Amino acid sequence: MNDLSTSSQITYRAVPIRSGVIRRIRGLSDRTLAWIFITPTIVLLLAINIFPLVWTIYLSFTNYRANRPNAPTIWLGTDWYQSILTDPDIWAAMQVTAHFVVWTVLIETVLGFGLAFLIDKKFRGHGLWTTIILLPMMLSPAVVGNFWTFLYQPQIGLFNYVVAFFTGRDASSFQMLGDVTLSPWAIVIVDAWMWTPYVMLICLAGLRSIPDYIYEAAEVDRASNWRQFWSITLPMALPFIMLAVLFRGIENFKMFDMVNLLTGGGPGSTTEVASITLKRAAFESWRTGYSSAFAIILFVTVFGLANIYVKALNRVKSR
Amino acid sequence: MRQTVKALLTTFGVLSSALGVGVTSAHAQAKTITLCWAAWDPANALVELSKDFTAKTGIGMKFEFVPWTNYADRFLNELNSHGSLCDLIIGDSQWIGGAAENGQYVKLNDFFKKEGISMDDYMPATVVGYSEWPKNSPNYWALPAMGDAVGWTYRKDWFARPEIQADFKAKYGRDLAVPKTLDELHDIAKFFQGREIDGKKVYGASIYTERGSEGITMGVSNYLYDYGFQYQDPKKPYSMDGFVNSPSAVKGLEAYKELYKCCTPPGASNSYMSEGLDAFKSGQVALQMNFFAFFPGLYKDPNVGGDKIGFFSNPAGPATQATQLGGQGISVVSYSKNQGEALQYIKWFSGGDVQKKWWALGGYSCAKSVLNDPSFPSSAPFAGEFLKSMGMVVDFWAEPSYAQLLQAEQKRVHDYVVADKGTAQEALDGLVKDWKAIFKEEGKKF
Repeated sequence: MNDLSTSSQITYRAVPIRSGVIRRIRGLSDRTLAWIFITPTIVLLLAINIFPLVWTIYLSFTNYRANRPNAPTIWLGTDWYQSILTDPDIWAAMQVTAHFVVWTVLIETVLGFGLAFLIDKKFRGHGLWTTIILLPMMLSPAVVGNFWTFLYQPQIGLFNYVVAFFTGRDASSFQMLGDVTLSPWAIVIVDAWMWTPYVMLICLAGLRSIPDYIYEAAEVDRASNWRQFWSITLPMALPFIMLAVLFRGIENFKMFDMVNLLTGGGPGSTTEVASITLKRAAFESWRTGYSSAFAIILFVTVFGLANIYVKALNRVKSR
Repeated sequence: MRQTVKALLTTFGVLSSALGVGVTSAHAQAKTITLCWAAWDPANALVELSKDFTAKTGIGMKFEFVPWTNYADRFLNELNSHGSLCDLIIGDSQWIGGAAENGQYVKLNDFFKKEGISMDDYMPATVVGYSEWPKNSPNYWALPAMGDAVGWTYRKDWFARPEIQADFKAKYGRDLAVPKTLDELHDIAKFFQGREIDGKKVYGASIYTERGSEGITMGVSNYLYDYGFQYQDPKKPYSMDGFVNSPSAVKGLEAYKELYKCCTPPGASNSYMSEGLDAFKSGQVALQMNFFAFFPGLYKDPNVGGDKIGFFSNPAGPATQATQLGGQGISVVSYSKNQGEALQYIKWFSGGDVQKKWWALGGYSCAKSVLNDPSFPSSAPFAGEFLKSMGMVVDFWAEPSYAQLLQAEQKRVHDYVVADKGTAQEALDGLVKDWKAIFKEEGKKF
C-alpha cells in the first residue's frame, strides 16, 4: 500500500484553491496563460533591446545631437553612412580593430588550447596551476590596464627589464606604449595575458567531453599519440575551440576599456580601435546621429560575421 | 509579558519621536546645495572656504568632485542629460559656448546687475575666458572663479649647484638661469637630459603629450602661440588659412616636437597634469610644464618644494610671449532646483574678503582687488609669475563644437609630435581642413 514505486497506487491530496482564483483562471486557454507569463519578458525586451535599436536606426538618419535637444532635427537620409564608409580615418580605425581582433584571437586560441591540453593531463598540482592561470581573467580591465601601464613603463617597468635581460638592450631605450610599431602589440600582449585562460576553460570543457573509450579504442588500434591528437582530440574539441573564437572575436571587436587605459588610442591614432572612435563621436563630440550610424555599421559587421561563423560552427558540429 | 511589550512599545515610540524631531529640525535648518568640480588641491581649498558660507547663510554645501580624467565626461553628461545633481558647477572655460547656447547655464547679467557685481572688478582675460559668450560681448554665464594658466617649475637647487653652473656656462656660454625664451628653455632641457645628479639619471622636461582628452593641445599651444599661431584671422572670423598653418606656426610645432624628442623622460608619450607632477615630485626632471593651480601643492612638497623649486611663466618665442589659459568660472546650472541658494553662493563668493581668503587658501582669485594689490606678487613664490601669465593668456576655441575642434587638434598634433606621422606643415594643413569641416557642419560662414 505504501509502495510509491507503483504509480497506479499513488494518491494525490487535493490542495484547496480559493474559489475566486479558480474563477479567474477558469476560462483561460493555455495560449492565453502562456501570453500572460511571456508578456512581461516581451515588454522588457522591447523596452531595453528593440526600442533603443529602432531609435538608434532612426537617429542615424538625422543630424540629432544629444547635447542640443532643442535644435531642429533634420532628416539626412544616408548621408552619415556615406560619409562614414568613405572616411579614411574610419577605415584606419577598422584596420586597427581587425589587427587587434585577428592577433588576439589567434594567440589566445593557440595558447588557450595548449594550456587546456596540458591541464587536461592531470599532473600533480594541476588544480593549483589551473587556479593560478585563471587569475588574470578574474581581474577588472581597469586594474589590468593600470597594472600593465606600470609594467610597460620604460624606467621602472618590469617588462622592459625582462626584454632587456634577454636581448641585452638598454631597458629605457624602447617604449611599449609610446612607439608606433610596438604599441599595437603591447595591447595584444595584455589582452592575451588576460583572456587566454578564458579560452583555456572552454577548450578544457571540450577536451573533458571526449569519452575515454574512443582513446581506448585508438590504443587497441595502436594509433600513435600524434594520430590520436589529429584524429580524435582536435576534431572533437573543434566546436568548443570555435565557440571560444566566436566569443573572443565578438568581445575584442568591441574592445574599449583596455585600449583606453593603456594608450588612449595613441600614439597618434595607432591604437585607435573602432569603439574609441565611436565613443569620441558619441560622448565627446555629441554627434549622436553620426555615431548612431557608425554604431549600426559596427553592429551589422559583427552580426554578419558572427552569423557566417555560426553557420560554419554548426556544420562542424553536425559532422 | 504584557508589561515587557508595553515597555518596548513605549521605548520605540520615544525613539521614533526623537528621530522624527531630529529629522524635522534638520529640515528646518536650511537647504543644501551641491557644487561640482574637479578633484584637485584647489577643490579642497574651496571646501574649507565654503564653511564660511554655511556659517553665514545656514545653507549646507555638498561637493561632487571628479578626477580630471573623467571630469569633462562626467559633468557634460550630467548637463546634457538635464541632470539636477549640480546646483553650481565650476566648468571648464571651453564649455561656456555650448552651455550657454544649449541653455544649461543660467544667464547671470540681471543677477549681477541686481547685486552690484561688476565684471570690471575681475581681470579682463578671466572675464573673456570664463564668463562671456559670445566672446567679447557683455553676456555673462559664470563668475570668474579659478584663474589658471600654464606655467613652468624648475629645480632651483639643481640650477644653483656650482658644478652644474660651470658645466652649463662652458657649454652654452651663459649662466644657467630661468629661461627667457623658448630656445633657452630647449637648451636647459637638453643640458639636463640624461645627466646624473646625486647618482640618479635625470631628464630635461616634462611636457604635455596626452592623447585621450586635451593634454597635447594644452601643451603645444604654448609653443604655437609664441611662434605666431592664431586661431583665425582677427578681421575675418573663422578664416583660418595662413593663421593656423602659417610658416611660423609650423616652426612652433616643429620646436615642440624637438623638445619632446630630445628632452623628455622615457615613456612620456601620454603625459598630462598628473604625470608631470609625478615626474617632478620623484626628482626625474629639471623642468615641468603644468598649470599654476598645482604650484601651491608643489611648493609644500617635502621633497621638491620650498627652496628646491622655482617657478616661471611660459618664455617668449620669436613672435610673442603668450600662454595657454586654464581655469574656470562658476555657473548656476539651469536644471537646479536650488537656483536661489546657488545664486546666494555666487554673491557671497564674489565678496572681496572671500576672494582674499580664497587666494590665501590655495585658490586662484580672478578679482582685481586681490591681484592688483601691491602685496600680491610677493604673497607667494609663484604669485608674480601667475600675474604675468594672466596678462598674456590665450584660450582654445570656446565654440559649442569645441570638443570636436579639440579632438581634431589632439589627433593631428599627436600624430606628428609623438607618432612621427607626416610633417608639421601637413599636420597644421590637416587641422585647418578638419576645423573648416566642423565649422561648415555648424553652419558657420567663412
